[in-house]
Amino acid sequence: MAADRHGRARIPLALLIPAIAGMAFLVLPLAGLLIRTPWATLPRRLAEPGVLAALGLSLQTATIATLLCMLFGVPLAWLLARTNFPGRRLVRALVTVPLVLPPVVGGVALLLVFGRRGLIGSWLDDTFGITLPFTTAGVVLAEAFVAMPFLVIAVEGALRGADSRYEEAAATLGATRWSTFTRVTLPLVAPGIGAGAVLCWARALGEFGATITFAGNFPGRTQTMPLAVYLALETDLQAAIVLSLVLLTVSVAILAALRDKWITP
Amino acid sequence: MRKGTALKLNRFLATAVAAGTLLAGCATSTPATPPRSGGLGEVTVFAAASLTDAFKQIGKDFEAANPGSEVTFNFAGSSALATQINQGAPADVFASAALANMKTVTDAGNADGSAVTFVKNQLVIVVPKGNPKGIKALADLTKPGLKVALCAEQVPCGAAAKKALAAANFSLTPVTLEQDVKQALAKVKLGEVDAALVYRTDAKGSAADVEGLEFPESSQAINEYPIVVLKASPNKTGAQAFLAYVLSEQGIKVLTGAGFQKP
Repeated sequence: MAADRHGRARIPLALLIPAIAGMAFLVLPLAGLLIRTPWATLPRRLAEPGVLAALGLSLQTATIATLLCMLFGVPLAWLLARTNFPGRRLVRALVTVPLVLPPVVGGVALLLVFGRRGLIGSWLDDTFGITLPFTTAGVVLAEAFVAMPFLVIAVEGALRGADSRYEEAAATLGATRWSTFTRVTLPLVAPGIGAGAVLCWARALGEFGATITFAGNFPGRTQTMPLAVYLALETDLQAAIVLSLVLLTVSVAILAALRDKWITP
Repeated sequence: MRKGTALKLNRFLATAVAAGTLLAGCATSTPATPPRSGGLGEVTVFAAASLTDAFKQIGKDFEAANPGSEVTFNFAGSSALATQINQGAPADVFASAALANMKTVTDAGNADGSAVTFVKNQLVIVVPKGNPKGIKALADLTKPGLKVALCAEQVPCGAAAKKALAAANFSLTPVTLEQDVKQALAKVKLGEVDAALVYRTDAKGSAADVEGLEFPESSQAINEYPIVVLKASPNKTGAQAFLAYVLSEQGIKVLTGAGFQKP
């Protein structure tokens, strides 16, 4: 078996030691949460109505945000990977800006555009009477803003790595660019889209800064789990730990399940 | 070019050394201060977000009055600060915006002595400049269609708002419960809400953008600001000196100028 030939003895220490240090660095804070969890009062705290409301809202908004990101992000990634237009590099740099932008700044930027006095927001308010801040739709918008670059980068990478000869063959056989995209390209990069969507969902689920700035904080409407954790931290460290643990458990369970189904090639 | 820079640098170093000698001289003549740093040294102050402007000014005045001292601030919500202190953050002084947050620190045995109330603060209704919605009293905030921001009740400004609304027997559904008072104020400044309940000091500090309206029910919810030297303080002398300066006539003058009330 291959596993035997590449056994432990063959792993270079120069890789093993930093790998273990890196793993410990990422895992230890989780262990810290587990150690300080008040197990005795856990059931009572979980039964509090606010907890389930926040968890439900988080799962719901992160999922809708991910679907929106796929709807707009996959075509954007295709445009960046498969076409050549002036300023493409600049566009790619710009769409990844939310990755480096502090989320709170992203939230302020969203307010300036989609807020009641914002560029688009004031038009939405005057014409349709729609205001996005302080609504669940606002939460979705904030999450999509910070999470979409993860999807775009993952899908663009997958497209660049995919063998474009299949697409060329489809084109020579007379397929239009659209049917090439739906019948050849999409199935080819499906694992990449899956990986991007999972990353995007995870980022949306943990979103805090842009959400609290743009959508505010109101239980049942815009208070997602990360916001509930932050406010619990103001008064009750143990409640904050319990909430963090719930978010952690649910997200790890979902990610693990999806990973087996979707991403493993 | 090079030579000129070197000369300048030499002159700078000479001045610095001279200044250092002078400072050292001062330190030896006043035995109350630690001689090592040549002054009161570094004082780290954890202070409530609402104290930001006033304490920055007091810090500057304190440093000017005590050469060789340096005041470093950590401004945040009082409850976050109390958590940080109880988790072992290295601080010399804690100034809280509410007695409850001070109590979590004193109860945990992390204070050196008992806390002193140094100022009080009161809520006001804050509206955009020009008061476009014509708000006059607390009752106006319950009008349908009006967007109001309050602080979350976990932070002092939210607890005070809840108390004031309860005293007035009003039920008010805000669009958002903000994490601290500055966020609630920011939502008014950005025009996203029509009004918010914030401290009088916050309204005064942003007088260019907003108007603060006093309302009688706020007397039911006055926040007392306590201050204390912390047990784990690495610089007790400096901490005591800073606390004394805050309570001094000069310190209180800066605070009342910012809109705080004497206790």
